[in-house]
Amino acid sequence: MQRLRHRSPLPSLVLLLTTAGLLLSGCARPAVGSAEDDPARPVTLRFWHGWSQRSEVAAVDAAIARFERRHPNIRVVTTGNVTDETVNQALRAGGGATPDVVSSFTTDNVGQYCSSGMWADLDPFLRKSGVDKAAVFPKPLLDYSSYRGTQCALPLLADAYGLYYNRDAFEKAGITRPPRTMSEFAEAARRLTRRSAGGSYEQLGFMPGFRFYENSPERLFAQWAPTWFDADGRSRLAREPSTKRFLSFQRGLVTALGGYGPLERHRTTFGEEMSSQNAFRTGKVAMLLDGEWRGRMLKEAGTDFRWGTAPLPVPDDQADAYGRGCLTGTVIGIAHSSRHQNAAWELVRFLTTDTDQVVAFANAIHNVPSTKAALASPALDADPAFRTFVGIAGDPHSVSVPPSANGGMYLIALRDFGYDSEAGRVPDLDRGLRRLDRRIDDDTRQTAG
Amino acid sequence: MAHLATAPGARRRRARERLRVLGFLSPWLIGFTVFFGYPLIATVYFSFTRYNQIQPPSFVGLRNWTYVFTQMPLFGPALWNTLWLVVVMVALRVVFGLGTGLLVTKVKTGAGFFRTAFYLPYLAPPVAATVAFVFLLNPGTGPVNDALTALGVPAPDWWGDPHWAKPSLVLLSLWGIGDLMVIFLAALLDVPKERYEAAQLDGAGPVATFRYVTWPAITPVVMFAVVTGVVQTMQYYTQALVAGKLASGVSVGPGTPVQPGYPDHSTLTVTQLVYSLGFQHFNTGAACVLSLVLFAVAMAAASLLMRGRAGLLGAEDRP
Repeated sequence: MQRLRHRSPLPSLVLLLTTAGLLLSGCARPAVGSAEDDPARPVTLRFWHGWSQRSEVAAVDAAIARFERRHPNIRVVTTGNVTDETVNQALRAGGGATPDVVSSFTTDNVGQYCSSGMWADLDPFLRKSGVDKAAVFPKPLLDYSSYRGTQCALPLLADAYGLYYNRDAFEKAGITRPPRTMSEFAEAARRLTRRSAGGSYEQLGFMPGFRFYENSPERLFAQWAPTWFDADGRSRLAREPSTKRFLSFQRGLVTALGGYGPLERHRTTFGEEMSSQNAFRTGKVAMLLDGEWRGRMLKEAGTDFRWGTAPLPVPDDQADAYGRGCLTGTVIGIAHSSRHQNAAWELVRFLTTDTDQVVAFANAIHNVPSTKAALASPALDADPAFRTFVGIAGDPHSVSVPPSANGGMYLIALRDFGYDSEAGRVPDLDRGLRRLDRRIDDDTRQTAG
Repeated sequence: MAHLATAPGARRRRARERLRVLGFLSPWLIGFTVFFGYPLIATVYFSFTRYNQIQPPSFVGLRNWTYVFTQMPLFGPALWNTLWLVVVMVALRVVFGLGTGLLVTKVKTGAGFFRTAFYLPYLAPPVAATVAFVFLLNPGTGPVNDALTALGVPAPDWWGDPHWAKPSLVLLSLWGIGDLMVIFLAALLDVPKERYEAAQLDGAGPVATFRYVTWPAITPVVMFAVVTGVVQTMQYYTQALVAGKLASGVSVGPGTPVQPGYPDHSTLTVTQLVYSLGFQHFNTGAACVLSLVLFAVAMAAASLLMRGRAGLLGAEDRP
């Protein structure tokens, strides 16, 4: 009689788990690049960028053509209209077709790129090439393209935020110059606001809502020049005196201009920001927080009124810092997985440090140049509206938003808090800010350990 | 003795039989292992690690689980919204789909037109349909609110009021009811006519006919619609994301992370959080925890609905 054998499931289980473990650890190891290549040898580089408009792509192509003339051994294949998410996923997944040179339209993720090692540290390349980064780039731009001493990106043109104002509406309201302090700003916004007998808005002096176009809280908050994190990297928004002042000011402006509900309802009547129905262009708002690119758009689309540009106002107790603005911009780096990092550096160096190239690119894209020499160049677009933003970029009081290891999560947390605050859902600001700090720290610990 | 003599041959036959069975099963086995088994094991594994998809994962014990359940303020709202949508949207879709199906079976003339008219919206791409709905229900410029105001009916702030945002999504899903209508229509037309005739002879009214003739016959199809509806709604993503993003009006540059869920996280679902954490912030461990929670809830709901397979069997198929 055949004896039934009872097999233990343990060996099969161990085998299954071991196999799974080996597979998992194998999948979790990304490709590793190298900086051992000879940049003088023939090579093809892949450059992924975010520009998508025909004129922008033409400007990128022209820049690449200039580079290839200077480096005939290097051929550059460009891919445009690529978002950070696509670059991230490609670099993390690995593979043979991943880019060598990458760029990002936002500085929010630089901390993540530097701390994770996804973008290679550029300091060794800068040293090798004898580039003194402090002498080449304005400090705020170096700040937003590095994280805790690791310069994993370099600025590739900058964006500066300032104030667009309707000169005709100013004249009509008897306001002689753009506001320079927050008190003047609030007063101008109030005087420029006109409502019908039924209560609907005919013209809004300024839309203070944080969800409106470029009004993300950090951009207006920058006018207070806050210190976001302490030396240990912990969020200090509750301890930062200006946080409360900023949030109270914005909430006060919301109340003075009609209240959160009516303003939000009015906001739904605005057209899309980048369309011809932009609320400033159609005269629905008289003052607008926006970047340097808006000027060209307004000129191309045309307006029924005269308009001007100025730096954003500063808090009353910081009047001497007038001229300040929030700086951000496009950043460029080398993918950690690139096997042609020296050749890739030649492209990055050309695009970011060559003055003629930076000026030509800034004029073509209509962004603010990102080097000190280019900012001072006489070849730069002389349009006064644009020059306002060049001035903001070069202003010693201008600031940038600091990079964080968890990318832009702390900005998302601040935005969430700002939405609650402007709607009047934060009865105790101190307590709310302490909770916000805890949330930011929890998120940072979760990501960075 | 004979048994002993034939044993090796029988064993070989059994082995061949097993191999044959395995051969037939292999496409499914490979698919199951590669696309379900391995990802599931990997998800469990990564849920206990810190892993940013660049550096090798490091074991962190229950830290991701603690983070999700105790420190992540958006987990509660996201889970609540998902469950709300599962209960309300699935229930209303089934009722509306069945009602539409019944209505179409009763139409004497132009049935083909009505079937097509009810089915067509389902063919609209989800993003395009959502964009259209956000425009139609825009409180400032949308024609729906203009019409309501003209009629003297209070016009809600559909996408801007957290109390109305989820019902607006439900409206959108009811507009695209064509898939369920077709399934129910087929089931309704499949009910033997003799039963209706017998019920009529017995003097049954419309309600009794539906209760004792139609319903028992279509129960398996209804249960199928409920189970697949629950699983699909657990993964609800595109419409909520597009509607929230568009209605918020928030303008950010490419690459800038945006928190989905406008207004006030009322349209935030668990799958949006999974994507946001896993592929925007590369917090793979926490994203895996959320995925496992979603998996557990979906499994529990499906098991509950299909317990004893009773729901999927028609009255005449039950033992």
